[in-house]
Amino acid sequence: MSQSATEKSKQPDASSQDQASSVPSPLFGSCPLPIFEHKQIVLGHGSGGKLTADLIDKIFLPAFSNPVLDRLDDQAVVQVNGARLAFTTDSFVVTPIFFPGGDIGRLAINGTVNDLAMSGARPLYLAAAFILEEGLLSEELQRVVASMRDAAQRAGVQLVTGDTKVVNRGKGDKVFITTTGVGVIDRPIEISASRARIGDKIIVSGYVGDHGIAIMSQRENLEFEGAIESDCAALNSLVNAMLEVSDIHGECPVHAMRDPTRGGVATTLNEIAGRSGVGMLLSEESIPVRETVLGACELLGLDPLYVANEGKLVAVVAADAADAVWQRMRRHPLGAESSIIGEVVKEHPGMVRMKTAVGGTRILDVMFGEQLPRIC
Amino acid sequence: MCLAIPGRVAEVFEQHGMRMAKVQFGGITREACLEYVPETQVGQYVLVHVGFAISTVDEEEAQRTYALLAQMDQLAELDAPMVDDAGPPGEKS
Amino acid sequence: MKYLDEYRDGRVAAKIVEEIRKAQTKPWVIMEVCGGQTHSIVKHGIDELLPQGIELVHGPGCPVCVTPLEMIDKAHAIARRPDVIFCSFGDMLRVPGSDGDLFTIKSQGSDVRIVYSPLDCAKIARANPDKQVVFFAIGFETTAPANAMLAHTAKRQGLNNVSVLVSHVLVPPAIAAILSSPDNRVQAFLGPGHVCAVMGYGEYEPLSQQFHVPIVITGFEPLDLLQGILMAVRQLESGRAEVENQYSRVLNRDGNRSAQALVFSVFEVGDRNWRGIGTIPGSGYRLRPEYAAYDAERLFNVTQIATRESEICISGEILKGNKKPHDCPAFGKQCDPQHPLGATMVSAEGACAAYYAYGRHLERAANDTKLTRIASAGAA
Repeated sequence: MSQSATEKSKQPDASSQDQASSVPSPLFGSCPLPIFEHKQIVLGHGSGGKLTADLIDKIFLPAFSNPVLDRLDDQAVVQVNGARLAFTTDSFVVTPIFFPGGDIGRLAINGTVNDLAMSGARPLYLAAAFILEEGLLSEELQRVVASMRDAAQRAGVQLVTGDTKVVNRGKGDKVFITTTGVGVIDRPIEISASRARIGDKIIVSGYVGDHGIAIMSQRENLEFEGAIESDCAALNSLVNAMLEVSDIHGECPVHAMRDPTRGGVATTLNEIAGRSGVGMLLSEESIPVRETVLGACELLGLDPLYVANEGKLVAVVAADAADAVWQRMRRHPLGAESSIIGEVVKEHPGMVRMKTAVGGTRILDVMFGEQLPRIC
Repeated sequence: MCLAIPGRVAEVFEQHGMRMAKVQFGGITREACLEYVPETQVGQYVLVHVGFAISTVDEEEAQRTYALLAQMDQLAELDAPMVDDAGPPGEKS
Repeated sequence: MKYLDEYRDGRVAAKIVEEIRKAQTKPWVIMEVCGGQTHSIVKHGIDELLPQGIELVHGPGCPVCVTPLEMIDKAHAIARRPDVIFCSFGDMLRVPGSDGDLFTIKSQGSDVRIVYSPLDCAKIARANPDKQVVFFAIGFETTAPANAMLAHTAKRQGLNNVSVLVSHVLVPPAIAAILSSPDNRVQAFLGPGHVCAVMGYGEYEPLSQQFHVPIVITGFEPLDLLQGILMAVRQLESGRAEVENQYSRVLNRDGNRSAQALVFSVFEVGDRNWRGIGTIPGSGYRLRPEYAAYDAERLFNVTQIATRESEICISGEILKGNKKPHDCPAFGKQCDPQHPLGATMVSAEGACAAYYAYGRHLERAANDTKLTRIASAGAA
């Protein structure tokens, strides 16, 4: 899970979620479970923005709360017999299952590897559970599995256990894959969304918006032609390269790191800003976006900063080492277009602002539900 | 009502009795209906709203508008103090 | 991207702002009519660039937010039918009616589909001959040619399983209504560039003369908006009141004649109820009698549903430019995109929603100490 918790104790005036939840409801104090107003789950609850956060805050956290879970990082870092292990789970329900630049299998492996890598862990072992829909072509399943094998090999991880279920036709969308991953943190590092510091620089590892637009381009009635491929990739070797740099104190300069999947770069940076209680100031002109992705976004009225990525990371890095980390990233094939896009500031804690290309400023709030194409 | 963007007509064809085009927007291509701008030729720019070209972009007018704006740029340099244009932190894409 | 990027140049923007500063000697209130212009202003932070005395107020140019509640309820009732494939632009999916929105209806099993173009509905209809395909035809005049083409095509090709639910609104009557209001503060308008690309701007000349207001037909990119504002300020300062065309690369006075011809063969002008404002005579389109067979409102005979508007909502005042989202005590608190109370928050285009999306409620929250006290009390 990667949503910001309502960090009420940190910054009372930071997010509107805090505003809404601090107006006392008539049932305040009378029921241990917060009221979740939706009678039914809607698609927006899965899109990684405010609705998802709401679901987590009001249904999951109250039931399962514990110190590790409450941190709500993409991975749980636990101590077992002196070893620091990173542990994560994710599920993949993308439609279509084959898309330009990847497929659901490759996404599953890389997505899980990335969740582990974002804590600086060395990803080791994966488990995968498949829910197959009756009627799925065996040939399609074989393609997905071959793709997973290749991705696992490239990432240096092994799939060590799994499970398979089949559901009736109509009860599943061809394939759903749930993965679990475990890795080990064998460096003296502490990378977490809560560790961004004032003065740190914010780096993105390359072009934003490729994956979400590649998927969108296959959606019914929105199709367009153009070479937009998903950026689906395993980032552990890029992360290793970054972690070889030290700051002036000889410590790891990477304070926070996340892969901006659902909700895009804007949502992810808001999560870090919120968890760390700091503000952020970005520069629109320094955020790399492919011309094709810009074209698609203009056409559909979407904002690339809120579009999902599957082979990118954002890192919050100590100022004195930012250039060195950035250079190291640019020398890596997955970081060739890395860009320093902003910095962590003292002002407006919990809020991300951006200087626009035209000279004004704009606040980047967390995404609300799914981004929808618009005509207005 | 408002979201209409300019794109370049790459190809013109007929479909279901209507004049259609493949229009390029910064590297991606989408179909648009040309029934409302029937004289449009390949290479011209059209303004597309919900899959329909509602007008052509007059290249000469565009040049003129832009020249006017750019001129403002030059004239302003002569008498007004320069606005601070220290670049953004980090790399341009 | 050509014809877009050039109009976002920060250096030129700064120069235009300088020219505005030089031209301006008094405070002025300018309204941008179109929701897309509001969106662009807030997204690029253009209002922050302007000199102190220029106030931009946001107009009712959001066809989504002014769609009357009864119409939305009718749309929802039709969408719920099992024999219907209900098609809509993405904008309408989250607009709440009296009971849920199209998203919830979809989650309950109805066939609701987002389309980018109305013509996609013809494709869907051909592929599903046993279903009724209904298209929610909303928009200003900009979208009328596209919506009209769907009806026209359906009739020409004998597609009998297609119909349109029409809720078109027109800009000039809305401007007239705003200017006629006794509380009106607007002194000049940035006219709707894409509406005028279709309709031309002849209709704005009598308005400009009658009410003595400058109307500058303006585009949507930052440089367009800034140039439009400059032209408006120059008129205001010299006491002129004319219609000028800033967006000349895309439109001229006549607009698009062939589009107009088709629009008027399918639609006719009628009265229309605007959410948050009320009925404005002659301010909408409805299908002509020849197209009765394609009129979803007639075909589905949806009976009136009791609708209920919020009492706290001040969207009427916001749509007329008399108030800003900040002025509403519910903004960002009880009223947000998740629980919109009224017209201007229900769609991404409304002033309140645009302000919210670009974080203006957070700005206010950061400055409002009373809110901070409430927030920390609630956190305990």
